[in-house]
Amino acid sequence: MFRTVYQSVKKNMTVLLLLLPAVLVCLPVVLIITGSVMDSIELKQYLYPVFGGGEEFIRWKLMPDYPTFEHYGRLLFLTPAFFVLFWNSVRMVVCILIGQMIVGVPAAWAFAAYRVRGSRTLFVLYVVLMLLPFQVTMLSSYLVLDRLSLMNTQLAIILPAVFSTFPIFLSYGGFRAVPIQLLEAARIDGASELRIFVTIGLPLGKSGLLSAIVLGFLEYWNLMEQPLAFLEDKALWPLSLYLPEISWMQAGFAMCASFITLIPAAFVFVLGQDYLEQGIIYSGLKE
Amino acid sequence: MTGQKRNRHKKGSIMMAVRHNGPFVMFLLPSLAGVMLFVLLPFLDVMKRSLQTAVTGEFMGVKNYDVIFHNQAFVLAVHNTIRFTLVCIPLLVLVGLMVALPLSNLKEAGLIKSVYLFPLAMPTATIVLVWKMVFYRQGFLNLFLTKLGEVTGWWEAVRIDYLGTGASFWVLVASYLWKNTGYTVVLWLAGILAIPNELLEAARVDGAGRWKCIRYIILPNLKGSFYTIVILSFLNSFKIYREAYLVAGSYPQEDIYLLQHLFNNWFVNMEFDKMAAAAVCVGIVLFGAIMLLQRLWDKAE
Repeated sequence: MFRTVYQSVKKNMTVLLLLLPAVLVCLPVVLIITGSVMDSIELKQYLYPVFGGGEEFIRWKLMPDYPTFEHYGRLLFLTPAFFVLFWNSVRMVVCILIGQMIVGVPAAWAFAAYRVRGSRTLFVLYVVLMLLPFQVTMLSSYLVLDRLSLMNTQLAIILPAVFSTFPIFLSYGGFRAVPIQLLEAARIDGASELRIFVTIGLPLGKSGLLSAIVLGFLEYWNLMEQPLAFLEDKALWPLSLYLPEISWMQAGFAMCASFITLIPAAFVFVLGQDYLEQGIIYSGLKE
Repeated sequence: MTGQKRNRHKKGSIMMAVRHNGPFVMFLLPSLAGVMLFVLLPFLDVMKRSLQTAVTGEFMGVKNYDVIFHNQAFVLAVHNTIRFTLVCIPLLVLVGLMVALPLSNLKEAGLIKSVYLFPLAMPTATIVLVWKMVFYRQGFLNLFLTKLGEVTGWWEAVRIDYLGTGASFWVLVASYLWKNTGYTVVLWLAGILAIPNELLEAARVDGAGRWKCIRYIILPNLKGSFYTIVILSFLNSFKIYREAYLVAGSYPQEDIYLLQHLFNNWFVNMEFDKMAAAAVCVGIVLFGAIMLLQRLWDKAE
């Protein structure tokens, strides 16, 4: 009796200990949401110490005294620029993901289904390319984009991302689950290689593709380094670069814009959480 | 007999290769062409440029390399980047393990895991404002510390300017942990759950407690996961530039001036000769590090 009580207390303590930091982790979201429905004057009062100086500390209320949707109204109805940037983000992410599927998924299939002399070396090369940070390849990308006169166009962001090797690695993780014997059987029955890919590879390996899409969406919705370097015209920027440009004086507006930017990412996160986890596990697999 | 067998086997596999060369190339070609065009060929160009002057393209030998190694900004950036990596990765690996171990035998693991993963989904730009609210001199962190000081009487009001002093380094470390803990927890958990249950059962039957199980069964079986996590944490550590840039701009406090800032600033100033030399150096170092880790990883299994 005592023992079971002790055990359940201990277990609940563990849950609590693990949840505590987890709650801290999510606090920023709470701040953004409450800030976005707070009246400008009230918000300015709370935030004044931060940008105005003095010895007072910042304050906050989880329930605003004068809740309002004025920021949302302003953002959604009076700020066309926001929509331009929102669609920029959407357009770039969608184009990149579609491109990655068209180019990367067959490549992943090539690595998973065929053993050819040199294929392993190529695969290692792909892994190394996947691990190189943007800064190392920045100048290379620039040289090509400049020669193709793509600088300052959204293609400058989309094209290099389409040929990223990260989604190949993830899709490869999914295709590994396809048994080789199945392919052999299909070949004996006379199926063409393309048909094998479409009717066996794709359906059986789809968890890899979906993980690549989920992880890719979260990555490219948060795109920063590339547009910062390759897009001069701010009208072409994605949302992720625009948000920090909003000043303290419009904190409520900024929080509201932040929240709206967060929505698609949160949506993909909730819907695709299993694939996100699967993708993280795939990314950790060895050849 | 065995020799003959091996010979036949070899012949067979070559025939397989011949038969499958066509489809392999066909499936890989679009990707390979793109990688060639956008990464490999231009990188050769970058290597060539690292030996030339920026504007006239005159051959300079290793002069550019000499210049960057005597360039204060480069030395500072390399130092900071290495320091950041050396502090962050062990911390992240450890924190992830400390969350994953108790989580691995809880039923509520799913929910808690999601909460830790969520920062991964949050675009950096959306939390910059919050970071400023927390870490500015009059921000939440100092408020919290001051209140704590008042209650316990241990210290006076705290007024550290986290972003303007050496503390900025730790702000970056904190935001890196905040963002990446979930990722690591998932990888550790996958590793822990892959350990055959019989192994743990057998140990328990032999009277091993929880700690002994961890020490002698779980940890030794997690070597593979360990290398994966180190490699991926390393990859993700370069993305901290987003937070650093958004919170502190192109020229932040000198403790968080990273290689990524330097590359960006060289790019803006069109100093392509230095950039080329530095890209080649960083590329070679990373390539070496990745190969070394892979080698160690192979050994571990």
